[in-house]
Order: sequence, then structure tokens, then C-alpha cells
Amino acid sequence: MNRVKYRISWFIVVQEITSSNTVVRTFFLLNQRVNDLVDISQLKGFRFEFSLSVEIMKLDFSGLESSAPLYGGSNELLSDGFSAAPSFDLPVTSDFDGFQKNSIQMVKPAKGTTTLAFIFKEGVMVAADSRASMGGYISSQSVKKIIEINPYMLGTMAGGAADCQFWHRNLGIKCRLHELANKRRISVTGASKLLANILYSYRGMGLSVGTMIAGWDEKGPGLYYVDSEGGRLKGTKFSVGSGSPYAYGVLDSGYKYDLTVDEAAELARRAIYHATFRDGASGGVASVYHVGPNGWTKLSGDDVGELHYSYYPVEPAIVEQEMTEAVVA
Amino acid sequence: MECVFGMVGKGFALVVADTSAVNSILVHKSNEDKIMVLDSHKLMGASGEAGDRAQFTEYVQKNVALYQYRNGIPLTTKAAANFMRGELATALRKNPYMVNIVLAGFDKDTGPSLYFIDYIATLHKVDKAAFGYGSYFALSMMDRHYHPNMTVDEAIKLAEQCIEEIRSRLVVAPQNFVIKIVDKDGAREHSWRRTTKD
Repeated sequence: MNRVKYRISWFIVVQEITSSNTVVRTFFLLNQRVNDLVDISQLKGFRFEFSLSVEIMKLDFSGLESSAPLYGGSNELLSDGFSAAPSFDLPVTSDFDGFQKNSIQMVKPAKGTTTLAFIFKEGVMVAADSRASMGGYISSQSVKKIIEINPYMLGTMAGGAADCQFWHRNLGIKCRLHELANKRRISVTGASKLLANILYSYRGMGLSVGTMIAGWDEKGPGLYYVDSEGGRLKGTKFSVGSGSPYAYGVLDSGYKYDLTVDEAAELARRAIYHATFRDGASGGVASVYHVGPNGWTKLSGDDVGELHYSYYPVEPAIVEQEMTEAVVA
Repeated sequence: MECVFGMVGKGFALVVADTSAVNSILVHKSNEDKIMVLDSHKLMGASGEAGDRAQFTEYVQKNVALYQYRNGIPLTTKAAANFMRGELATALRKNPYMVNIVLAGFDKDTGPSLYFIDYIATLHKVDKAAFGYGSYFALSMMDRHYHPNMTVDEAIKLAEQCIEEIRSRLVVAPQNFVIKIVDKDGAREHSWRRTTKD
């Protein structure tokens, strides 16, 4: 039997070729001492069995072998640990730093922005940030993410900027044609349905659109969420984008139907600010629009950096001891 | 994560569905009605991809209405189920609809009936059916406690037991459920089982 001992990152691997020409690799965890090859079988480890006939390179480890324990620490510590150490299974991966990042990337909403809209007593409040990012590079801090479809309907942009701008403009055209053909304005329900049907027909072709259509029609305020997967949801409160989970938290806790216009604007502004604070892909300027019975109006556009210092002003530090100039004799 | 199930009782059929609209880890809304009223005596509970669900169910609804306008009489539940299956089958090899459907209906001559329609156009006439992760819990509950010719109260109790089981055992259980019923008086909403107000 050829036994070869070598090290792979934090594991010690003992590789044996048994008499039947199979390669057996046994992995041992970091805190177990592997000095005496004879005791290996009593240690905890994983066994992988391969059937290969492999020419094994016999490496000479005689220089490394010593009586001292392999990973430092005192002898008694290791011998105690050897007998009864509490230990836990490590995740079965070699990329310990990266695997959590991958699982976060999997669940985090993909579209790098924060937009939100909600219906309240006085109409619809729509707010968005203004950052455009290309991977880790901020390509613009002044993107208009609230698109004016017509004087009484707004659309928000999340996902591909070109897709959103083009299809919202196209929707504006269709809404105007509807007005001319039917001598009355189109409802928010109808407009969102038009957009949803168009996006559904392009499903799977790579459009990236996550938008909210907000407006005021004969039935009062209306809010719909439409996305490029073909989904269309009617609701009273939505937030879209990578910063949306953060915005939802602030929005849900502060929302009441009976807000005044100023209170609702402050709630929307605050939710966008908190999302830009935590989400790297959101930032720039928090714009807030209000859609009322006479159409939309832009209420404010504040830089989120300045908002931070207005919400959390810097306190002067308490000085315990002051240093003064030494008097020169 | 989406749960739809249904069962047949004495002179009625019941469909229960969750009401959450979810996008990865985010719940967009928890009062989305996924049981569509096809016509006066048919209920269709659908689960699957968001866009497909809305588009396919509305397409079926409009075609069922068109048949009634053209021919003066409504489709039977069996005919509607076969129409749906045919549409799913035709689209399957080109542009499949990812929707699972539980169709419940009441016909004057044949009484209540329940159809299980898969996204790959499987069609079965059944007494009880379930889709989604909730089906792992609902199906065995229904197998154990279901018996033919249940009264409305017994069926509602069984539905509640299934909902409770889903709530306690499914790791990402939906918050609210809606129960709809169809009998000789028509298809209508029966009640909601909520844990959150939305």
C-alpha cells in the first residue's frame, strides 16, 4: 500500500492506493492531530472512494515529519482536543469567503435602484432615487427614474434604462391614441394592461423592466406593478429594485391611509433615503412626486447625502482634555 | 410556495388558494386573488408563473364567454377542462404556459366536479386535488379525512385543517388564504383565512 500524505488548504489528506488499485482519499479536519499514520482510522474524516488506476508520485515528506504538532498550539491543548473537542461540520465548500456572497446575490432583487409608490387619502405618492450603476461603477447620479407618461399618469423605472424609457414612451403614445379614438382618457387599469400585454409578448427575450404605473382616473387613484416577466399586480403599496426590501421596512412601519400630502412626501423621502443608505446600487437624488385629481406635481428632489446630515446632524465630540500650547520659557 | 387545493362535497365543490404574490424573497402583496370565476358556475384556481397565470386564465375566461355568446348555452365543466388542456398541450412544445390549474364546476345534470390540470397538460377528473409545496401537506390530510358526500361545514373544517398544517409545517408558508365555493346557486367567494391585514 502506498500512503502519501499531503496538505490541501485547511485539510490534511491521506491518499492511499489499496491493493485493488483504488485510490482512497481521507480528509481530516484542522484540529485533529495527524502524527501517527496508524491512528488515522480513529479520527473523524470524510472518505471519497474513486476507482482509478493512477500512477502515484511518491513524495518525500521525511523532512517535514517531526514530533511537534502540525498547526502550532501547545501539546496539551491538542491532545485534549484530540480526545473530546467539540467540533462542528464546516459547510462542504472550499470557498468559505465567497459562498455567502453567492447566496446573498441569489436572493437580492436584481434591478439596481430603489423606487416606491403608495396610495393614500390624497392620491398617489411616487418616489425614486437617481443612481445608475454598471456593476460596481456608478455611471450617473442624476437619472430621471420617474417618467411622465401623460399629465395625470406616472411610470417608474427599474431595470434596463433603455427598455423602461422606450416602452413608457410607447405607452404614452398608445394612451394618447386611445384618448383620440374614444374621446375619453384611458384608465390606469387599461394603461397598465396595455404595457403588461406588450411585455408579456416579449417574454424570455431579455427585456428588463420593473415598473409601477401610478395615476388618477375616474375611479380615483390607481397603482399597478408591471414587470418584464409578464406579471401585473394591483395594489396600494409597492417598492421595486435592489433597495426595495430596505424601503419596504420604513414604508410599512410609517404608512397610514390618512396621511396628509406633506406627511406622505416625508415618508416616501425617508424610505428612499434609508434604502440608499444601505444599498450600494441606489443613491443620488431622492425625487418625490404626487399624483392628485388634477394630475401630477413634483414635490421635491433632495440629495441623499444632504438628507443624511439633516436627519442625523453631526454632534460635536465631547472634549475631555484640551491640549494647549506649552508656555515657552 | 404557492398552494392551491380543492375537493368535491355533496352538491358543491370547494377551491382554496393562497393569496401571496411573491418575487424571490419579497412579498409584493398578500391579498392577490388567484381563484378566477370562469362563469356563473365554474371556479378556476391557478398557480404558477405570474405572467402566465394571469394571461392564460384570462384567455380561457374570454373564450368560455365567447362560446356562450356564440351558442347560447354555457360550456359544461368537462368541456371547459378539455378546452384548457387542449390549449396547454398545443402551446407545450412551442411556448409552454407554466400554470397548474384546479377547475371546479357545477352542472345541472352531473352535479359538482373537480379537474386537476397540470402545466404539461395532464387532465384528471378527481375528488380532491392539490398543487404547490402545500400539496405535500394537504394531500395526505385530505386522503385521511375526506369521505364522499361531505357537507359544506365538514369540507370547510377539512380545508381549515389543511391550511393550519401548511402554516405550521411549510418553511415559507403563505400568510393568507381564500376559500371559494361553487354549488347550484353559483360560484362565489366563501371566506378568507388571514394572518396579516393588507
